[in-house]
Amino acid sequence: MIRAVMVMNTQGKPRLAKFYDFQPVEKQQELIRSVFGVLCSRAENVSNFLEADSIFGPDSRLVYKHYATLYFVLVFDGSENELAMLDLIQVFVETLDKCFKNVCELDLVFNYCKMHTIVDEIIFGGQVLETSSTEVMKAIEEISKLETASNSISLVPKSVSGWRSR
Amino acid sequence: MEQLKTIGRELAMGSQGGFGQSKEFLDLVKSIGEARSKAEEDRIVLHEIETLKRRIAEPDIPKRKMKEYIIRLVYVEMLGHDASFGYIHAVKMTHDDSLLLKRTGYLAVTLFLNEDHDLIILIVNTIQKDLRSDNYLVVCAALNAVCRLINEETIPAVLPQVVELLGHTKEGVRKKAIMALHRFYHKSPSSVSHLVSNFRKRLCDNDPGVMGATLCPLFDLISVDVTSYKDLVVSFVSILKQVAEHRLPKGYDYHLMPAPFIQIRLLKILALLGSGDKLASEKMYTVVGDIFRKCDSASNIGNAILYECICCVSSIYPNPKLLEAAAEVISRFLKSDSHNLKYLGIDALGRLIKISPEIAEQHQLAVIDCLEDPDDTLKRKTFELLYKMTKSSNVEVIVNRMIDYMISINDNHYKTYIASRCVELAEQFAPSNHWFIQTMNKVFEHAGDLVNIKVAHNLMRLIAEGFGEDDDAADSQLRSSAVESYLHIVGEPKLPSVFLQVICWVLGEYGTADGKYSASYLTGKLCDVAEAYSNDETVKAYAVTALMKIYAFEIAAGRKVDMLDECQSLVEELSASHSTDLQQRAYELQAVISLDAHAVECIMPSDASCEDIEIDGNLSFLNSYVQQALENGAQPYIPESERSGMLNISNFRSHDQLEASMHGLRFEAYELPKPPVPSRIPPPLLAPSAELVPVSEPSYSRETHQVATMPSVSDAGSLELKLRLDGVQRKWGKPTYSSPASSTSTSTTQNTVNGVTQVDGAGNVNSKARNTYDPRRPQVEISPEKQKLAASLFGGTSQTEKRPTSASHKVAKASSHAAEKSQAPKAVVVSNEVTVEKANHQPPPDLLDLGEPTVTTSSAPSVDPFKQLEGLLDPTQVTSTVNHGAVGATETPDIISLYANTPASVQSSSAEISLPNNKDDINVTSTLATQFTTKGPNPKDAIEKDALVRQMGVTPSSQNPNLFRDLLG
Repeated sequence: MIRAVMVMNTQGKPRLAKFYDFQPVEKQQELIRSVFGVLCSRAENVSNFLEADSIFGPDSRLVYKHYATLYFVLVFDGSENELAMLDLIQVFVETLDKCFKNVCELDLVFNYCKMHTIVDEIIFGGQVLETSSTEVMKAIEEISKLETASNSISLVPKSVSGWRSR
Repeated sequence: MEQLKTIGRELAMGSQGGFGQSKEFLDLVKSIGEARSKAEEDRIVLHEIETLKRRIAEPDIPKRKMKEYIIRLVYVEMLGHDASFGYIHAVKMTHDDSLLLKRTGYLAVTLFLNEDHDLIILIVNTIQKDLRSDNYLVVCAALNAVCRLINEETIPAVLPQVVELLGHTKEGVRKKAIMALHRFYHKSPSSVSHLVSNFRKRLCDNDPGVMGATLCPLFDLISVDVTSYKDLVVSFVSILKQVAEHRLPKGYDYHLMPAPFIQIRLLKILALLGSGDKLASEKMYTVVGDIFRKCDSASNIGNAILYECICCVSSIYPNPKLLEAAAEVISRFLKSDSHNLKYLGIDALGRLIKISPEIAEQHQLAVIDCLEDPDDTLKRKTFELLYKMTKSSNVEVIVNRMIDYMISINDNHYKTYIASRCVELAEQFAPSNHWFIQTMNKVFEHAGDLVNIKVAHNLMRLIAEGFGEDDDAADSQLRSSAVESYLHIVGEPKLPSVFLQVICWVLGEYGTADGKYSASYLTGKLCDVAEAYSNDETVKAYAVTALMKIYAFEIAAGRKVDMLDECQSLVEELSASHSTDLQQRAYELQAVISLDAHAVECIMPSDASCEDIEIDGNLSFLNSYVQQALENGAQPYIPESERSGMLNISNFRSHDQLEASMHGLRFEAYELPKPPVPSRIPPPLLAPSAELVPVSEPSYSRETHQVATMPSVSDAGSLELKLRLDGVQRKWGKPTYSSPASSTSTSTTQNTVNGVTQVDGAGNVNSKARNTYDPRRPQVEISPEKQKLAASLFGGTSQTEKRPTSASHKVAKASSHAAEKSQAPKAVVVSNEVTVEKANHQPPPDLLDLGEPTVTTSSAPSVDPFKQLEGLLDPTQVTSTVNHGAVGATETPDIISLYANTPASVQSSSAEISLPNNKDDINVTSTLATQFTTKGPNPKDAIEKDALVRQMGVTPSSQNPNLFRDLLG
C-alpha cells in the first residue's frame, strides 16, 4: 500500500502532501521536514530508494525522484515494488507535463487543486489506480469539462471559460 | 462593472492555465515563495489566516469565492498551520449541487478530517446520497471520500451502496468500488468478511483494469490465509500467461511492457501461494520462466518485473532452471551502473542465498563494491545481505565492518538496528571469548544507550558462566581479560549508562578474583564512576553493590578492610539519598561490612551470581506461624483458583470482588450473540491458566534481591528462555539459515580433501590457501585489499573458478561447482540438495518450510510444524471453534483443550512459541475461510459467469474475447 505522496521543492517547501493514513497537521510537517532532511543530504548519482523505517515506522520504503527544483516522493510498504513505484512517479510527472505543457514548480503552486485531482486519478486509497498517463489525462479532461458545464452560475462568458480550460 | 472585474481577473489567471484563482491567492503564493525566513513565512500565513477567518464568516459569499477560500485553507494547512476554523465550511461545500464545488469540498474534507472527527457525521449522509448519483464523477468523488473518511462504525452505513457499485456500468467506478471495499477490509476485516467472495467474482470482470484492482485485496487476503485460495492458482497463472503474451488491449501497455503493475501483483500472489507447496509451484514454473525470457531488461519497469520474478522464484518450491535464470538476472543487476539495479540485485541475492548459498560467491567483488559505495541505502542493503551470509569463518570481518559503519553514522534508528545485529552475530558465531568481549565493548562504547538492556545482561551472564565449557582456567582468563579491559576503559569520559552498569558489575564480581588488582584500587575506580555519573541512579546502584561485593570478598578472605575516605563519604551521601533503592543498598553495605567473615561468606558467596537460588515457593517456614494464627481464630486462606469458582459469594474483600466481577464480565461477553470478532475470544480463555505466572514471578525476583543483592540476577534468570548457554560449544543462539551455509562450505571442502582436514579447520585452511594464491591472480585491476576482503567474507571458491589454469589443484577443482553449473545444471541441484540435506538433516520438504517466518527456527527433525498448522487450519475445525465461541461459555472447555493439545503435538519448541500468534490469525480469518467453504460453486455463480462470458464475446472494447476463457472454464 502507498502511504503518502509528497512533492516538495529543493528548499523543503511542500508543494503537495497527501497521506493515505490520517496524520495530524503537526505530524505531517514533521514528516515532510525529516524526509527533506534525508533527501537533501543525498548525493547526485545514488539510488532513488531509501529505507524509511526511522521516519514512517516499520516496513516503510521511500522512493524519490529529483526533477529540476522539485522532489517527488512516494512512501509505501513492502507490498509494492520499488522500481515500479519509481515508474509511478514517472507517470505522475508525465501527466503533469501533459497537463501543463512543460510543467514547472509554479504550475503546481497555482494549480494545487488540479494536482490533487491528478493524484487521485493515479492513486486511489493507497493503491495504484491507473498507470497510463493518457488515460489519466482523459479522466482529468472529462472532469474539467463536466465541472465547467455544471458550473451554471458562472458569470464568465463562454469565450473566456473556453480559453481558461485550455 | 463587477462582472467586468471578474473577467479581468480570469484573464489574469488564464495565463497560468489553472482552474482559476483570485489575485489575492496568487499574491499569497508569491509572497510565501519570496519569504526569506521561516518566521517571515509564518507571519504571512498567520495574516492570511486572519483574513480568511474574517471573510469566510461573512454572509452571502458567492460560491466561487467560497471555493477559493477553501483551497486557500487547504494550502495554509499544507504549510503547517491550523485551519480548523474552516472545516465546517468545507463540509458544507460537499452538500453543494455543483460538481466543481462538491469535488472541492470532498478534496478539502479528505485532507482536513480524520475518520474519527466529529464532523464526519455531517458528511456520511451526503456520501450516501452521492454514491447513488447518476453522475459517475459524483460517485467517484464520493468513493474517494469513503476511502478516507469512513471508519469502522460508519462502514455499515455506506457498505450496501458500495457493494452495489461493484456492478456499475463504468469500469472506473467498479474499480474504485473494489478499492473502497479493500480499504474497508484494511480498517475492519470483520465488517466485510461476508463480502470477500465479491473479490473473487470481480477477478472475472471483463475489464482488465477491474481485474487488476481485485488483485490488491486478494493479495492481502491471501497473505493472511493461503490455504483457502489454493484453488485460484490455476486462474492466476493463466491470467499472468495471457498478460505476458500481450493479449491485453494495447492501452494497458506501459513502455512496451504489457500491464506491468498487474504482472507484479500476480507474481507477488504466486509467490505467496507457491511458498512451501510443490504442487502449486509446479504450475507456475512455465509462466515464470517465460517472463524471465521475455522481459525487456532495458527499461525500468521490465527490471521491476524481473526482480519480482526473482522474489517469486526464491519463495516457491525451488526449480533449478528458474534459479539459474534468477542468478543470471542478479548478476546483470549487480554489474549494472545504476544504483537502483544494484540495490535490487543485492536484495535479490539476499533472497536467493537462502536456497542456493553458493550463488553469493560469484558476486563477491560486486558485493564489496556495494559495501564501499557512498550510497547509504545500498550500503545498508549490503549489510543486510552480509548478515544473512554470516558464518563462523567470516564473522570477524563482517562484524568489524558493521561496527565501523555504526561508529560513522548519526542516525540513531539505524545505529540501534545495526548494533543489535552486531550483538546477535557476535553471540552466534564468536570465534573466541576474547574477541567477543572486545566486540561487545566496542558496541557498548559507541551505541550503549541504544542497545537493549537485555544485551548487557547477556554479556554479564556470559562472563559469569563462561561459554559453556567446563574449563575453569579459560573462564577465569576470560574474566580477568574483561576486568583488565574495563579498568582500561572506565576512565574514558561519557560512557553510556548500560555499559557502565556492565563495568561496575564485572569489577565488583571479578575485580579482585585473580589478585592482580588491590581492593582499594578497584573501590577507588568505582567511587570515581559513582561520582562522575552522579545523576544516573542505576549506575550508582550498580557501583555501590559492586563496592559491597569487593568488601565482602575481602572480609571473607580474612583481610582487613580499610574503607577509602571517598568511599565512606559516598556511602554516607547515599544513605541519605532520595532514592529508596540507593538508600537500601548503602545501608546494606554498611551492615555487611560490620559482619564477621563467616556470615559475610554466606551472604556474599564468591562467583555465585549464576548459581541457582533455592526458593521455597510454599513458604513452608511460615507454617508454624500460620498454624498459630489459625488457632487464634484467623480465617483460612482460600487459593485464588478456588476463589474464582465461587463468584456469587459476596463476603470477599474488595480486591477479590473486583477480580471476580471482572471474570463475570468476561464470561458474559460470550453469551452476547456477536458472530464476528472471533479474535477477541481466545485471550480471556487463556487468562485463568496464565494467572499463576504473574503471581509467582515478582515474589521470585524479590527473593533474589534480598538474598544476593544482585540486581542482575533476576533479570538474567528471566533471560534463560532466550539464550541457552550450557552445553553448547562456542556458538550460541538460535540457528539461522546462514548456518546451513557454513556447514555447506565445510562439507564441500571436506569432500575435496578426502577427510584429511578436520571439519572445524576446513574454513581456515581454505582461506589461508586462498591468500597465498592471491598474487597469482590474473585480474590485476582489482585491488588486493578488496580481494582480501572478499576472501575473508566469502568461501573464496569463485577465485578458483576464475582461475581455470590451476584446475589441477584439488581444492580448486572440487569447489568450483559454480563453473560446472552451466554445463550440468542438474548436477548442481543434486549437490545443492545433498549439501542442504546434510546441513539440516531434514528431508527437502521441511527445508522449504524454513522460508516461512513462523517456523524459521524449527529444530524438530521429523515433525513438520507447517503441516501441523495446516491441520489446524482445516476449515471444519475452525468453524467449530467459531461456533463454540459464539454459543457461549458452556462450550469453552473445548477450545481450551484445543489450545492445550497443540503444544503437546508440536514438539518443536519454536513452534510452541509461535503457535499462539498464528492461532489469532487463524481465528481472524476463520470467518473468511468459512465463507468460501460454504459459498463454493453454486448454480447462481455459474449463471453469472456464463453471462459475463457472453457479454465479453460481444463487447467491442475488449480486443481479446478469449482472454479469460481459461479462467472461466
